Amino acid sequence: MFSKDRWQEIFQTIGKNKMRTFLSGFTVALGIFIFIVLYGLGNGLKNSFNKFFVDDANNVIFIYPGKTSKPYKGFKANRRIEFENSDLNDIKENFTFFLEDITPRIIRNANVRYKNKSNSYSTRGVAPAHQKVEKTIIMQGRYLNNNDILNKTKHAVIGRLVAKDLFKDENPVGSYVEINSSAFKVIGVFQDEGGDNEERNIYIPYTTRQRLEKGNDKLDQIVVTFRNELGHTGAIGFESALKKFLKDKKTIDPSDSSGLNFQNVADDLRRNQQFAAALQYIVAFVGLGTLIAGIIGISNIMVFVVKERTKELGIRKALGATPKSVIQMILHESIFITTLSGYTGLFLGILLLQNLGLKLEDFFIINPYINVNTALFATFILILFGSIAGYIPAKRAASIKPIIALRDE
Amino acid sequence: MITIKDLHKSYLMGDSSLHVLKGIDFSVQEGELVAIMGSSGSGKSTLLNILGMLDSADKGRYELDGVAIKDLNETKAAKYRNQFLGFVFQSFNLINYKNALENVALPLYYQGIKRKERQKQALDYLTKVGLHDWASHLPNELSGGQKQRVAIARAMASKPKVLLADEPTGALDTKTSYEVMELIQQINNEGKTILVVTHEPDIAQMCKRIVKLKDGVIVEDSITEQVVVSNHV
Repeated sequence: MFSKDRWQEIFQTIGKNKMRTFLSGFTVALGIFIFIVLYGLGNGLKNSFNKFFVDDANNVIFIYPGKTSKPYKGFKANRRIEFENSDLNDIKENFTFFLEDITPRIIRNANVRYKNKSNSYSTRGVAPAHQKVEKTIIMQGRYLNNNDILNKTKHAVIGRLVAKDLFKDENPVGSYVEINSSAFKVIGVFQDEGGDNEERNIYIPYTTRQRLEKGNDKLDQIVVTFRNELGHTGAIGFESALKKFLKDKKTIDPSDSSGLNFQNVADDLRRNQQFAAALQYIVAFVGLGTLIAGIIGISNIMVFVVKERTKELGIRKALGATPKSVIQMILHESIFITTLSGYTGLFLGILLLQNLGLKLEDFFIINPYINVNTALFATFILILFGSIAGYIPAKRAASIKPIIALRDE
Repeated sequence: MITIKDLHKSYLMGDSSLHVLKGIDFSVQEGELVAIMGSSGSGKSTLLNILGMLDSADKGRYELDGVAIKDLNETKAAKYRNQFLGFVFQSFNLINYKNALENVALPLYYQGIKRKERQKQALDYLTKVGLHDWASHLPNELSGGQKQRVAIARAMASKPKVLLADEPTGALDTKTSYEVMELIQQINNEGKTILVVTHEPDIAQMCKRIVKLKDGVIVEDSITEQVVVSNHV
């Protein structure tokens, strides 16, 4: 297999038959190249999907109060349900096993002014746990902390785009902004992968918001995060236990579906993951299809190459080449060419993917990549099938009687 | 050197079968130069192909240098061919992407001889056929006569017991034909057993014995007065 003579014989054949070598090499290189690029672009598509839909924490349940639709225990239907601070404590006390953290949300639009610039933004009165829920990333300064909640401080954490709108190049941290004519100190600037709208929010302590609204204790929404260890089934169980508890507390008919609205991100996540899986199947299918096309391509070339060489093989046999040596020669040559060109295609494909990076972001393709093992496996498969495709006609050619091969003009 | 007894061969042509060789008995001693003659379809090429183990007989016995040639599989046939036989074809059958030297060296490659030694021996044979200066030329850069001389050098390179030539002058003009025959006579004079298939009487006359085939049987087998080419040119 590794005798120097054999290699010399093969290099000569390859060198003297450039067209043939090019054709088979090109087919393999192209097959691998297209496979890697398509597969990589598919992965890029998956990346954007993940970015759009999976940017928030996934162990989160949002609870929105609604209006009852059924009369219950002396209450009329159509009663508006409201959350209060006591609800936070009750949930904390009753669900310690499931609960990781809890935060309310009080959302108000507000006119925000800094020096002579002003604009309308959405403010969110929240607790520190909210940072985890939205996966808020602090760029400068800090997020709200428990002291802010306890002392009802006038501290604000502003979004990257708020800072850009109002402060331009100034450092916002430490400056004061007016939120509906009330001065707040900017303690931090954040960014969020959820997109531009998320970065036009302003976070303030929910207790401060309540103080501004005449010291009430009303909450818009409650957001809880649960322990990841619960898994999907545990999360569903937690959700129904929580639902039962709150309906009981708020005196809502257990069969009333509209008094409280639950949005369990675990459910969304599951749906999104299913969609992502479907996307993965499509990517795999495209890859497989390309690979099969490549295999068919190289098979055709190999059949053609061996056919073209029938006469030469006949001459070699007349001069004393055994069928085994003929098969070995063809296989050795084809494996050499396919391996070399396969890895060239592999290299070029990966090079292209790496250079794409964010250039195709407009087409929802971000950071296309291919797992090195997948790429190597695909290359190996193509080489293997190229060899098999070469072996079959080679075996046939080797077993043709030399006299028939010699007649082949 | 060669002994064949009651050799039969038929070809299937669709539904009917064509009986090409109908019982050939024939033997050749070492050092003979035999012409096998016959019109086309007489079975002369078939006989040569069977002798050359390029094709197999249906029935009959064949002995080459004391070895019974039977139950050949392709591997065994390839070894025998490499060991016993050298071929010269009408259409030369040189490998077109190999130069003259490499073509001559090819049978030596299959004998497992090292590259350097192979090239040295091949060059010796090329020199012998007068093509030392053409060693690095590709077949399409050579004339017909030169190609056939390369083919003869190649056939000789493996040091065969018997040289088989199928219409070696069939594609050449008269002058070149005679030059090729002169080379064949020269090799024969050095003691090599040679069989030449031809349908040209003047070529046959340059051999030492003429075997005539007609419709698959030998109709005439005679020793002839050899016309020595070198005396005529």
